[in-house]
Formats: sequence, structure tokens, C-alpha cells
Amino acid sequence: MATQKMSLAKALNESLRKALDTDPKVLIMGEDVGKLGGVFRITDGLQKDFGEDRVIDTPLAESGIVGTAIGLALRGYRPIVEIQFDGFVFPAYDQIVTQLAKMHARALGKIKLPVVVRIPYGGGIGAVEHHSESPEALFAHVAGLKVVSPSNASDAYWMMQQAVQSDDPIIFFEPKRRYWDKGDVETDLIPGPLHKAATVREGSDLTLVAYGPMVKVCLEAAAAAQEEGKSIEVLDLRSMSPIDFDAVQASVEKTGRLVVVHEAPVFYGSGAEIAARITERCFYHLEAPVLRVGGYHAPYPPARLEDEYLPGLDRVLDAVDRSLAY
Amino acid sequence: MTVESTAARKPRRSSKRTSAAKTPQSSEPELVQLLTPEGERVEHPDYEIDLTADELRGLYRDMVLTRRFDAEATALQRQGELGLWASLLGQEAAQIGSGRALRDDDYVFPTYREHGVAWCRGVDPTNLLGMFRGVNHGGWDPNTNNFHLYTIVIGSQTLHATGYAMGVAKDGADSAVIAYFGDGASSQGDVAEAFTFSAVYNAPVVFFCQNNQWAISEPTEKQTRVPLYQRAQGFGFPGVRVDGNDVLACLAVTKSALERARRGEGPTLVEAFTYRMGAHTTSDDPTKYRADEERVSWEAKDPILRLRTYLEQQELADEAFFTALDEESEALGKRVREAVRAMPDPDRMAIFDHAYADGNPLVDEERAQFAAYQASFAEEGN
Ligand SMILES: Cc1ncc(C[n+]2csc(CCOP(=O)(O)OP(=O)(O)O)c2C)c(N)n1
Repeated sequence: MATQKMSLAKALNESLRKALDTDPKVLIMGEDVGKLGGVFRITDGLQKDFGEDRVIDTPLAESGIVGTAIGLALRGYRPIVEIQFDGFVFPAYDQIVTQLAKMHARALGKIKLPVVVRIPYGGGIGAVEHHSESPEALFAHVAGLKVVSPSNASDAYWMMQQAVQSDDPIIFFEPKRRYWDKGDVETDLIPGPLHKAATVREGSDLTLVAYGPMVKVCLEAAAAAQEEGKSIEVLDLRSMSPIDFDAVQASVEKTGRLVVVHEAPVFYGSGAEIAARITERCFYHLEAPVLRVGGYHAPYPPARLEDEYLPGLDRVLDAVDRSLAY
Repeated sequence: MTVESTAARKPRRSSKRTSAAKTPQSSEPELVQLLTPEGERVEHPDYEIDLTADELRGLYRDMVLTRRFDAEATALQRQGELGLWASLLGQEAAQIGSGRALRDDDYVFPTYREHGVAWCRGVDPTNLLGMFRGVNHGGWDPNTNNFHLYTIVIGSQTLHATGYAMGVAKDGADSAVIAYFGDGASSQGDVAEAFTFSAVYNAPVVFFCQNNQWAISEPTEKQTRVPLYQRAQGFGFPGVRVDGNDVLACLAVTKSALERARRGEGPTLVEAFTYRMGAHTTSDDPTKYRADEERVSWEAKDPILRLRTYLEQQELADEAFFTALDEESEALGKRVREAVRAMPDPDRMAIFDHAYADGNPLVDEERAQFAAYQASFAEEGN
């Protein structure tokens, strides 16, 4: 097996390169994706190697980017579009929600929309307003879209491959504060289905469920809890729509306790969906109510307060303690 | 008015390689100029301006102090005092010229680089640094100086300006509104919609586009196939391109557009043709996408130098003036530096402070939980 150590950002870059290389219908579109290689350099070097017809610097217009990607997809292309930051997807939200998500159904399945919308998301990098948000629930709520987020380099590589190959539109959230984290990537692996959760740590006392940037925090929390003699299982959801409830159920049947962790506000967040379904599925296995840890019902604060706002180790451990205390 | 017809531009069926096609935008565009790069005063039939020596020195002082402030902020970012800075280096004339054309009761909707306009409005420059330091999302009351908060989502504020101007007209007031945005922003749907609304409702708004040639790494050619000021024509209002490095022309053209708005004649698009001499922001690396020669060629058009040449040649300012200004610049730099370093981190509870104007029980509940959680650390003695 060819195994390489690389950052999550590099894994995405390699994966996009492979996608462009394998299928001439694959295109990359977005602001600054060409010479600059994107503000996070995820598309670094791709325009140089594949040309301006395949890696396209677009006008500064998100609705235009997604709307034309839809048209290109209707014509048989497979566009991968980059939205520069989470907070800038909203000019394109109309196109994504009213068109991209629904066109396949509207055409009674006669057309497919293999569009990947890449969105660097989440906080923790000290940025200004609109650069740190986690709007995944706003997309997961919409039928017709799949919403995924890798937490590590290997998943980034493989999930991007799967997203590009999917005939459904995929909202691909990239945890921007994990871009520089390195991990092993096996470039000739055969990955499991895109929506499958991964058990990233085994445990028996409680299940932590997270995705994207919060998986690392949960793993650290589990390691810290271990020192206090608590055995915590950590599930990386990988897909927020659909959600691998079978995996969560199996884990909760084993541990009896569940804490869901995400950066996005708790109110109407993906944790609410998981809590409700798991309560339904595992009512008699649960020894504590499902708890949620996440952001508050307040605008994402200025950078100097984001450590207070974002769930960190302490807040996760606090929820673990509260659950175990029932 | 300099509304150019687009008829001269022959539509061309592009060949297969559309991306390689060049914009038919001449490199020496027709623009309103009153002060040449060599510092020579020239006349323009439509834009007369007669300023006293005092006023001319005032414009120079504004530009110098704005540049000094900007340089200090860039240095503070390098020293880790600011998380980010968007420099206006090279755009001083566009901002001071347009900013000094405004009346106190006019209202400004800036994007995130309008430090010079803020200066003209009397916003304390240290207030501009809070959001870049990460202690707030704004830091000033927009109604104190009729200077709205910086807007980061590209193009949004052009619609707010239009709506505000519609309100001004409904009130029967004779103030005007000005919206700042970039050449990149001109591609956004919001900006096109602002043009539509302002034209349809004859709103007293001036759209001031600072075409600094770049939107991060993308040159203007990646946003438009016609000179930007010509866009206005299709919406039914005049557009004019002004030398954005000429403070006198920027002042004259903006004044004329504002007066037109006040007379109830509706919107104008002003394209200030200028250049971003620095990086897009301190996070950007322009060496990845643009040639050094380009910057060098624009340095010869430096807005501050050319006014200095004029002042000196006409003997409108003496050595004492320039020395005093140097001292004032240093003092400003020092004041800004000290103010930033003294800027406290916000109180934690500020997270919840202004989520709603009328309050909200959910926020109250979360605030109480947050407070109790924070207090638990204090109890443990952590
Ligand atoms: C809706 C939206 N998309 C993307 C961005 C990221 N972004 C910030 S500034 C910028 C370039 C803006 O260029 P321009 O409008 O020419 O203004 P300039 O910064 O050159 O003054 C981009 C793409 C954003 N802030 N908002």
C-alpha cells in the first residue's frame, strides 16, 4: 500500500489532482483558485498543470459560481466549486437550496447534478466576522443535498474522491483549523461508503459523537477521561446528511450514554437531530439523557472570545461528567 | 458627463478558448484628471474645482496621516497586535477626495478598506482597529458620524446604501448617500440589484467603485469585459471614470455626483481608477499572482507625491508645513500603537450582549449556564 504522511490541506489538493487527472469532465471553479491556489492553497498548482479551462478563476459572485456549475453539470461536467469561507456561501444559498438540491427530483430523476460545493468552515483561526461559522445544519435540513465533513487527512482524500464520483450534489465542509494537521493517507485504499461513521476510539462508558474540527477535541477529551478511569468511545460521523444512525445506535447500546459535540449553535443544530433519533431508537439503553455541547444562540463572537465560544476540552469533559452522574 | 457608448466595442464570437480572451479595456483609459502624475494642474470641461491653499494643504495632510495610520496598522499586525489588516496603500486620493466631497448629513456605507473615508468622517482611527484585533465586530456607532460599519460580505452594503437613500428621498431631505465597493464586488448580484433599485426609485446614492485592479488574486479582467463605469448606462444612470490617484479629480467628480443626487436626479456610478499597492490583506501573498513591474509603474502615479509636487512647485506649502506634518504623523502613529496595545479583551459575557434588541429567553438561559460554568472554575481555584 502506498502510504504518505500529509496535511489535510495537501490531502485535499492531491485528491482534487487525482479527480482532474482521472476524469476530463471534472472542473474546479471559484474565486482565486487559479494562480493563487485558493486562499488556503487547496488548489495550489492545479491550474498550472491542468490549465485555465479546467481550473477556473471565476468572477466574485457566489450565486454565479453555483448557478453556472449547475448549468455545467446539466451539460455533463462535474464541477467542484470552492466557496472561499463559510460566511460567503449565502449569496449562493438560493441556488443551492432552490435549484441544486431539487432539480433531480423535479426532473423525476432524468437529470443528475454531480456538483461538489467545497466550504472551509468553523472557527479557531482568529479570523474576522463571517470567517468562522458552521452552517452545516442549514444545508442538512434541505432534502436533495448530502452534507459531509472530513476530520483527518485520510478521510479528506477519500471523501473528496467519493464526493466527486457521486451523482448527487454534495456540500463538502472542510474544517479549516485542521488544514495543517498531518496524517497518513493510503492512496490505494478502497474506502467504505461516504455516509458511514467511523469509530475512532473504542470505549465502554460513554459515546462521544462529533465530526470535522471537533473530532480531535473529542479524542483529546477521551484521552483525558481515560486518566480518570473513564472509557470513552468516539465516533466520527463524517456525514451530517445522511447520518449513520446505525453506527451511533450500536455504540450507544454498548455504552448507554451519548454526548454530541459540534461547533455550530446547539439550538436547532445537528445534535438535536441525533439526540431525538437516538432517544427514539435507544430509549431503553440510555442511562442519561443525550447531551449536546456546541455554540450558543449568539452571533459568532470576535476572535478574542472564540475560545470561550467554541467547545473545548473542558466543556466536553464537563458534559461527560454530567452524563456519567445520572 | 462622461457616459461612454459601448457601441464602439464590436461583439466578438469568442473562439473555443474563452478563458484566454482579453478584455477590450484600454490600458490608458479615458479618465477625469485635474492633477497629472507629474503634479501639473490641468483643466477638465465638466469638473471645475477651485481650492484655497489651505484646502489643498488639508487634502495633503489627510492623505499623509491616513497613510501613516495604515502603515502603523500593518506594522501592528506584523507584531501580532492585530489578527489581520486590509491596507489602503495607494488608494488615499480616492478615499480622501471622495470623503472630503461629503457633507456631514450625507451617509457613508463603506466596505472594509475605507480607512481614509472614515478619517474624513471624523471616526477615531483607533476605532477601526477593534475588528481587526478581534475584540469587536465594529467598534463605532454608525450614527455618530453617518459612517456605517465595515461590511465584509462583498457587495451587501450597496443595497443598504440604496435603501437608505430611498428613505432619504421619502423624507424629502436633501442629503446624499455614498456606497464604496471594489472592482471585484461589481460582479456580485447584490451590486447589480442595487443599481436596479437605485435607478428605478431614483435614489440619491453615489456608487463609488475603487477599481484597484485586483480582487485578491484576480485582475479586473476576471470580473468584467467593459470598463466598469460603463455599466451604469445599462441601468439608466451616468457613470464616470476618474483618476483615482488624483485627489482633486476625485473630489470634484464625487461632489458633482452628490449634487446631482441632492437635486433629485438619481444615482451616479463613479469608478476611481487606482491601484492597490500592498497586499490584499496581511494574509495575502501578491507575489504568487502579480508582477513587481506593475506595482513599480503605479508607484510613479503615487497620489501623495503628486500633490506634494504641486504644493511645492506652486509654493503653497513651505518646509515648516511638511516638518510639522511629519511630527503630527509620528504622534498619530504613537497614539494608535498605544491605543491598540491598551485595547482590552472584551468581557466574556459580551458574547450574549446584543444577540437581540428585545431580549430572548433562550439567550438568557444560555447566558446563565455560561456564567455558572465559568464560575465553577473560580470555585475550583483554577
Ligand atoms: C461574498 C464574499 N465572497 C468572498 C469574499 C472573500 N473576499 C474578501 S475581499 C475579496 C476581494 C474583493 O475585491 P474587490 O471587491 O475588488 O475589493 P478590494 O479588496 O480589492 O478593495 C474576496 C474575494 C467575501 N468577503 N465576501
